[in-house]
Amino acid sequence: MKAVVTVTGKDKKGIIATVSTFLAERGANIEDISQTVLGEYFAMIMIADLSEAKQGIADLANDCKELGKKIGMTIYLQHEDIFNAMHNI
Amino acid sequence: MFSNNDVLETIAMVQEEHLDIRTITMGLSLFSCIRDTAEETARKVYDLVCTKAENIVKTATDLSGEYGIPIVNKRVSVTPVSLLCAAFPEKAPLIGKALDDAAATLGIDFLGGYSALVHKSTAEYERIFIRTIPEVLATTKRLCSSVNVGSTKSGINMEAVKMLGEVFKEAAFLTKDQDGLGAAKLVAFCNAVEDNPFMAGAFHGVGEADVVVNVGVSGPGVVKHALEKIPDADLTDAAEMIKRTAFKITRAGQLVAKEAAKRLNAQFGIVDLSLAPTPAMGDSVAQILEELGIETVGGHGTTAALAMLNDAVKKGGVMASSRVGGLSGAFIPVSEDIGMIRAAEAGKITLDKLEAMTCVCSVGLDMIAIPGDTPATTIAAMIADEAAIGMINNKTTAVRIIPAPGKKVGDQVNFGGLLGRAPIMPVHACDSSRLIIRGGNIPAPIHSFKN
Repeated sequence: MKAVVTVTGKDKKGIIATVSTFLAERGANIEDISQTVLGEYFAMIMIADLSEAKQGIADLANDCKELGKKIGMTIYLQHEDIFNAMHNI
Repeated sequence: MFSNNDVLETIAMVQEEHLDIRTITMGLSLFSCIRDTAEETARKVYDLVCTKAENIVKTATDLSGEYGIPIVNKRVSVTPVSLLCAAFPEKAPLIGKALDDAAATLGIDFLGGYSALVHKSTAEYERIFIRTIPEVLATTKRLCSSVNVGSTKSGINMEAVKMLGEVFKEAAFLTKDQDGLGAAKLVAFCNAVEDNPFMAGAFHGVGEADVVVNVGVSGPGVVKHALEKIPDADLTDAAEMIKRTAFKITRAGQLVAKEAAKRLNAQFGIVDLSLAPTPAMGDSVAQILEELGIETVGGHGTTAALAMLNDAVKKGGVMASSRVGGLSGAFIPVSEDIGMIRAAEAGKITLDKLEAMTCVCSVGLDMIAIPGDTPATTIAAMIADEAAIGMINNKTTAVRIIPAPGKKVGDQVNFGGLLGRAPIMPVHACDSSRLIIRGGNIPAPIHSFKN
């Protein structure tokens, strides 16, 4: 199962490193990363494979949210199906 | 595959524009619970609801976590209770209490189905049952009630309409210390649908499977935001934008509905495409109409704008879901929509305009507070007007009106939470009692004879 991880907020050093380490420690395999910086605004979108993840997706989503609070960013982890459903016919 | 913009758009919809799944409603058939006595039946009813819907709250919480979309309400609808109690209608309140207890055990906010279907005539047991509604609504917390008083096929049962006028008054009176909250949990329908997931009018129709999951999506804020991006577009383009937005919202609902049904061992019923407002800022159907170009909802042009909105929502939604049903359109409750509340407080929207709006949207006179001394026959006449609109136009109409005890025009009722607050709106003072007292039926319209 794949998840989309979205990190947004004010740009600062080490965001990619922090988030990818965090995900790797939990068994999520990052398959794709894209990021943009618009002025001070940072947006990163990752596709992560959770087939070997150590916890359920809802739990992991919650942990990501908490990590976001800790580092002052907004982080979502969501099942990819929601985007497939909403944006594909 | 989706683009980065798609991902960010979905997140903005949830974060800033109040996109949510408004309700996952499990429909349960209770026919298998009927026993010789009301007491035994009530016990069976409680057990069945608690067993079948045991995981509804957990499943909704899980799905919300996985997909990152809030699922606001978890609810249950049941077989119209009057049908379970035909042998002991005076004891129907026992079943009502069992259902309310079950809702509390499950941790859900509303359970619908303390209902009767009397669209052609009223059987004696239905008459007794309907009389129990006010007391039951006053002594339960989560139970909702509805009565179908007419249909395009059968005409309007004016005896039931008269009775409902009295039932609304009494339901409000018995809950006078809560601004008449009892009446806010009661709906009079014409052409009631059997798979509506929204309260207070949800019940599980007799033509349905044992266990069904119906989902109601929402997102007035998302539609308004989409329209804000094209302030100068003509109405053809605006309608197209609403359709596209409704499509996306409904797809989210379809995904959640199918997954919820699978996990709850239930049949996937329908997705209800309704735009359901809440009293929160930016979650308002009235504000969509204002975004389309009416200074304040209720002004001339409101009906036209609403007609377009309602139709575009349906067109976008139908394409997005394999099974569409319920009410599917725009809701225009007064107390539950901040734009409506403001227009009503400023005297810019009237009951007459609201009635006109119900000709082109999905429901009817909804969550409207009126003076407590409004005669029961006047309320019955309002129900008759709405039922006539539904009957002639082949659509569902409903009345959920609160004759707030002791309150007059200028006062306000406040129910809090999703039910919101509303100013008392004036009603026509002229007497309609002769029409109501006549009784009988308004015959089905000629265009209903299609066989």
